Amino acid sequence: MSEIPHLLVHEHDDNVGVVVVEGLTAGTDMLCCVTHDNSTFRLTSGADVPIGHKIALKDLKEGDTAMKYGEDIGKIIADIPKGGHVHTHNCKTKRW
Amino acid sequence: MASKYSNMTVKAFRRENGRVGVRNHVVILPVDDISNAACEAVANNVKGTMAIPHAYGRLQFGEDLELHFRTMIGTGANPNVAAVVVIGIEPGWTKRIADGIRATGKPVAEFSIEQNGDFETIRAASWAAKEFVHMTSEYQREECSISELWVSTKCGESDTTTGLGSCPTVGNMYDKLLPEGITGFFGETSEITGAEHICQKRAINKEVGERWYKMWKAYQDDVIFAHQTDDLSDSQPTKGNIEGGLTTIEEKALGNLEKIGRTSQYIDILEPAEAPKSGNGLYFMDSSSAAAECVTLMAAGGAVIHTFPTGQGNVVGNPIVPVIKITANPRTVRTMSEHVDVDVSGILRREMTIDEAGDELIDMICRTANGRNTAAEALGHREFSMTKLYRSA
Repeated sequence: MSEIPHLLVHEHDDNVGVVVVEGLTAGTDMLCCVTHDNSTFRLTSGADVPIGHKIALKDLKEGDTAMKYGEDIGKIIADIPKGGHVHTHNCKTKRW
Repeated sequence: MASKYSNMTVKAFRRENGRVGVRNHVVILPVDDISNAACEAVANNVKGTMAIPHAYGRLQFGEDLELHFRTMIGTGANPNVAAVVVIGIEPGWTKRIADGIRATGKPVAEFSIEQNGDFETIRAASWAAKEFVHMTSEYQREECSISELWVSTKCGESDTTTGLGSCPTVGNMYDKLLPEGITGFFGETSEITGAEHICQKRAINKEVGERWYKMWKAYQDDVIFAHQTDDLSDSQPTKGNIEGGLTTIEEKALGNLEKIGRTSQYIDILEPAEAPKSGNGLYFMDSSSAAAECVTLMAAGGAVIHTFPTGQGNVVGNPIVPVIKITANPRTVRTMSEHVDVDVSGILRREMTIDEAGDELIDMICRTANGRNTAAEALGHREFSMTKLYRSA
């Protein structure tokens, strides 16, 4: 891969991806890579998102399930637009 | 089937009981908290020895006391330890721990403080320690198969990069080396929460999986639900995990489980600090998810090398077991490189495959076994934290 990806996604079923570069700013035309098969796509970031934090791959609605590793990682508790920052303010465990 | 890993060897210390160690420590081991000062004095008198002070050992009872003895005996019995001086306040428990270690066949001397005082105890123990240093410093490393290593893992200060890079690196190592006959340990009971359905399925058979689930459920019911004062979202994930981008315990657990790779299956379940008894293979140890506690328990179970994936940069070490730090987080590599033994941040840039990262870790395991000091060893990280199950009498 000649260009370094901005965002990594574990599986095709996932609806969130992880920022893997420092200093990502809103409006960046991100190179996104699905690690399962190294396929790529592009997505525009909707916010300044720190390295390691997640970005929504599509519009997520309150009550939706956040998917990562192809698995359920919690519930969406506030609407998130495609490209938006996904974290504790809008996503929560279903366990406690 | 022979693989490129089958004929790998390391230069290590073969102990009296046949186990292989990668360090040659002479340990001054306190039975209890009030014997720490005497142990530290002996270690100060005799260079080439190491005291392992800790906080417990008085008025414990029942299962908690058994865990104390198991941790003390297991620490002394670890093949990375060549000889042990045991010091306790009174002779009864001191002898019990010394005899437990002595069963391995390694040299052990024991001293108790009552009716002697610190001065006389330190004098006598220093002579024994000095003899042990002379004797063990002549021990030679010999060629041993990589399959004889017992390698543990536990991650810390996890973030989303651990699930993408450093944990799969450890998993790849286990997928390659477990078939060669190494013994592995993973654990962190509380941190499997959210992926317990997957972990149960990674048992070698249904019976082991059911026993695993029962152990995990007991922890949930007896510890978490019995003691929680809030919904635990502030403790699991931790503040550091959240800073690193992990949002939920499910997300953390799924990343954590990447450490056992794609094909590895665990063959049995261990009590905290318990040594494996079912032969070579991967074991789940019921253990704390706190870094120093978990590494201490696995070392007491007999692991001689610990592989430690970190995201945000946990700095933990252990007195007797070299802890190899692996990170995929480029910010951690940039800001905390003195703590990093294996940099796998190339995985995030798609410049390095998981397979290549696994081989780099295997290479570092061999170098560490041959004597290379890890970052944690060079920086003096010797965290020894005993797990305590409940209040003392």
